[in-house]
Formats: sequence, structure tokens, C-alpha cells
Amino acid sequence: MIEANGLTKRYGGKVAVDNLSFTVRPGVVTGFLGPNGAGKSTTMRMILGLDAPGAGHATVNGRRYTRHAAPLHEVGALLEARAVHPGRSGYDHLLALAATTGISRRRVDEVIDLAGLGEVAHRRVGGFSLGMGQRLGIASALLGDPATLILDEPVNGLDPEGILWIRTLLKGLAAEGRTVFVSSHLMSEMALTAEQLIIVGRGRLIADVAVANFVRDSSRLTTRVRSPQAEWLRDLLAGPDVTVTGDVTGVLEVRGLDGEAVGRIAARHGVTLYELTPVHVSLEEAFMELTRDAVEYHGVTGRGTASVERSAA
Amino acid sequence: MSTANVTAFRRTAGPAVDRRRVTQGRVMRSEWIKLWSLRSTVYTLVAAVGTMIGAGMLLCAFMAAQAALPGSPHQALFDPAGAGLRGVSLAQLAVGVLGVLLVTAEYSTGMIRATLSAVPRRLPVLWAKAGVFTVVAAVLMIAASFTAFLGGQAVLGERGTTLAADGVARAVAGAGLYLTVVGLLGVGLGFILRNTAGAVAALFGLLLVLPTLGEVLPADWGRRVVPYLPSNAGQVIMSVRPAPGELAPWTGFAIFCGYAAVTIVVAAVLLKRRDA
Repeated sequence: MIEANGLTKRYGGKVAVDNLSFTVRPGVVTGFLGPNGAGKSTTMRMILGLDAPGAGHATVNGRRYTRHAAPLHEVGALLEARAVHPGRSGYDHLLALAATTGISRRRVDEVIDLAGLGEVAHRRVGGFSLGMGQRLGIASALLGDPATLILDEPVNGLDPEGILWIRTLLKGLAAEGRTVFVSSHLMSEMALTAEQLIIVGRGRLIADVAVANFVRDSSRLTTRVRSPQAEWLRDLLAGPDVTVTGDVTGVLEVRGLDGEAVGRIAARHGVTLYELTPVHVSLEEAFMELTRDAVEYHGVTGRGTASVERSAA
Repeated sequence: MSTANVTAFRRTAGPAVDRRRVTQGRVMRSEWIKLWSLRSTVYTLVAAVGTMIGAGMLLCAFMAAQAALPGSPHQALFDPAGAGLRGVSLAQLAVGVLGVLLVTAEYSTGMIRATLSAVPRRLPVLWAKAGVFTVVAAVLMIAASFTAFLGGQAVLGERGTTLAADGVARAVAGAGLYLTVVGLLGVGLGFILRNTAGAVAALFGLLLVLPTLGEVLPADWGRRVVPYLPSNAGQVIMSVRPAPGELAPWTGFAIFCGYAAVTIVVAAVLLKRRDA
């Protein structure tokens, strides 16, 4: 269980995390999602007591992380794959961390096997591939057999096999009743791994939602209609379960009615249609839409936008 | 909710891991493992021991050759113990850099975040690094110092001196102690500056450059200030007969330790306060 209460962090005049509150529950994988620069890593560092919050506080398993007598047994963390001295072997790295809390060599061997590092464990970390580095980070997070895991972008740099491995591992750990908190900037990955999503942008909470709900709400079909009489058609289509949006003159995005229904209404009132297209909204697009205002640096994209209701939270 | 409730989970595989607390002793053990598992650390220690012994004996051999010439001016000023310990000026570079690197390498690689996640109270890490370094450096450097002295005297033959002579044993052990404290200053500066180049520059600025600046002070100022500068105070312990104007050996060494202690205290305050 992780609880963040009004976490705030400023660097200079810039707000990195802004009054962020959420709860991460045991038993499910919780995805921590947001564009780059949204404050995910900073939040994780504050939870682990590495950065001091300007305001607010976070607790892990009911207590501030720094107050735990045996922190590695409470929380396993992967902050960056390369938080390791490249000149040391993976085995010695794990051994040194394990020693701080009296974890045995046997357990070190165990996590090396668990992470699939057996062959490279005695080589210097400097020669590790990115994927091996991530596996070493996972191994160190599992050392203390902790009830809570905090992993910052664990699938970064992994090959498909490694990604599948992480996904299975995280779900397994959550199924054992552990709290698993995983950050990512990839919606598609989180949709496959997580059950709960905490979405942030510019340091603020945007949504705290079950993945199933997010998928249901955002992947609904919309219908694109182009008509010279768009404003009139908008009024005709209006109904309790229908949402009509339109950024471009003469083009409407209709949700709640399929193409057939829209065509029939238009025909009944003699409205001319130039186009009637069903549009699928991908999860990635839904996520981008949700965090659009919160992205730090926009790239210019020529893509049309799909709108998503903010009913998520 | 109770902590007991939320930490309960069902392991599906493998035996449970014993839960033990973080203690100062365990953090020391961790730092011990870190120190010996890096080639760079081991090489630096070998370099420190090697230069201490090698340079001392080489100088003694040179001195022996010089002094053998009839009417040599070196004869009157000749300090056989000091010659055997001259490797200090080189060895201090290696030991100082090692003290700095023990800390700054963790910052430059990001390892410090793993270290401080494991020991979130932080200060035990500083005490452990300083403690492990002190033990290792003191044992090796005092041993190197005695080896350099005995080797040097063997080269000098009848012109040499012995440990039984007045002040000699203290000077020889003192060389090892001085080197240890130089490294400790490095550890402290490493935590303060968190950057290898900066901390190395600060350390040798303090030890090597500051005394030369002291010499340009007005004479009566200089006489009062110069003996108290870190390396001047620290090195009196190595002279068999301190020159007039120098501090007493143990007084000087205590002052040098004081500089190191202040540095470590500042390091502790900053380590506790700053974001990692």
C-alpha cells in the first residue's frame, strides 16, 4: 500500500509535482502513466525518501519510507537501470545491497536465477546490455522479498521476450497480494499489464481509473460526419446519450450513434452529407488526448484528434 | 489500517526471506564489499602502498650515494628517517583520490540512489564509508610506512637510524596516520561536492596550494597562520625533530584531524538535507 498526500515538488521556480494525492492498493498492478516530464520519477523518488517533498508526504505500508527499520524488506525499487557502478559485477552489487539488511548469499543467488542473470552475474555491469541492466534492477528490487514494488519504466530497453517476462512477473507478484506500482509513458503497455491507472500530467493528477473502464470509455466508436449543414445536423443529432464535438467547420465527431443512425436522421431531414466515416480511437490516442494539455513539448502532428470524455475519474 | 495487514501477502514460490533490520554494522559490511569489489579501488591502494615504499627507498639510495662523496653538503642536513618517508608526498595523491572516489563514483554512476534506498536514514552510509576507509587505509598505510622506513634504512646502512631513536617510531607511524586522514578529508569533500574533479581539486588545493599561498602573507601574519594550515599541521607528526616555528607533532596532527572532522560534519549535514 502506497499513499501519497498532497505531494509537491518544485525545482527552482518550476513545479515538477503539484499537490498529488493517490493510493496504490495491494493485489493489483497499478500503472503510473504520464508523458515524459509529467513528474513520475520525481514522485517515485519522493516516495522513497530520495527527494524531500516541498509539501505533503507519502507513506509506504503505513509508514514513511525513511522510518522503516528494514526498508528493503518493505519496498523493492527500480529507479533507473543504471543506478549501478559499472566496474562492479552484478553479483557483488546485489551482495553489497543485501548486506545492509543481513540478507543471505542464498537469497542473492535466488534473485539472480529469478531474473535470469545466471550467466552474466559475475561479469562487470559495464558490459551489460540495457535489458540485462533492467533485469539486475529487478533482481535488486526483489532482494528483500518486499510487500511493495516501485518500478520506474521497467520495460525500457527490453526486447519482446523481456517485456513479456516483466509483464508476467509483475502480474504474478500482484496476484500474491503485493502492491505493484509501475510507471510508463506507454499506454499500450499499461493496458496489458496494469489493472488500475494513475494518470498524471505536468505533475497533476489527471485520472485515477480502472484500466477496464478507461478502455471501455475511450475505445468507443465515433462517427465522423462532414456536411455543409453541420450546425443544423448537430441540433438534430442531440440526445441524452449522444456527444457531438467538432473542431473543424463542417465536420462533426459523433459518439453514441453509429453511421447508420446518423445517415437515417440526416435523410429524414434532408441534410446533405459529404462524408460518413466510422472512426476507432486507439488507447494511445485516448491517452494522448487526455494528457494533451499536460505535455511539456508538443511535436507538430498532422493527425486528426479523437476526443475522449473526461468521465474517466 | 494496520501495517501488519498491508504487508501480509501470500508467496507462491520459494522460502521466506528473513527480515533483519539495517544496522551500522551491516552497512559497514556492505561498504566493505563495495570497496573490495572494484578493481579501481584495489589498484589505487596498491599504487599508494607502492609509491610509499618505492619512492622512500629510491630516495634513500640516492642519499646514500650522495653522502658517500667526501665533503658533501648533504651530510650535515641529512635526515635518514625523513628520507625513508618521502614517499608520502606521492602516496597522498593516491590515498586522497581513493577517499574522494569512494563517494563521488556513487554519485556519477547513480549507485548512490540504490545505496540510499537501502539505507534511507543516510548517515550510516557516511559513517560506514569513513569507518571502512579509516581501517583499511590506516592498516595498509602504517604497514607501508614501516616497510618504507626499514627498507630505506637498510639501503642507507650505517648512515641510517633505527626505530629506537628518539621520535623515529612516532614519525614513521605518523606518516601512515597522516595519509589516512588525507583520505578521510577526501571522503568528506566527496560527499560535499559530489563530483570527482571538484573534490580532487578542492582536496589538493587545500593540501598543496594553500601552504604556498600562505608564504606570500606578510611575515608576522605568516608566522602565525602558516603552521596551522592543514598539510603543515598534519605533516609535523612525520618530522623526527620539528623545526622552530612548527607546531608540536601531536598538536599539529590533532589540528589536522580537526579539519577532517569539520569536513565530515559538514558532509553529514548536507547528506541529510539534500536530495539524492
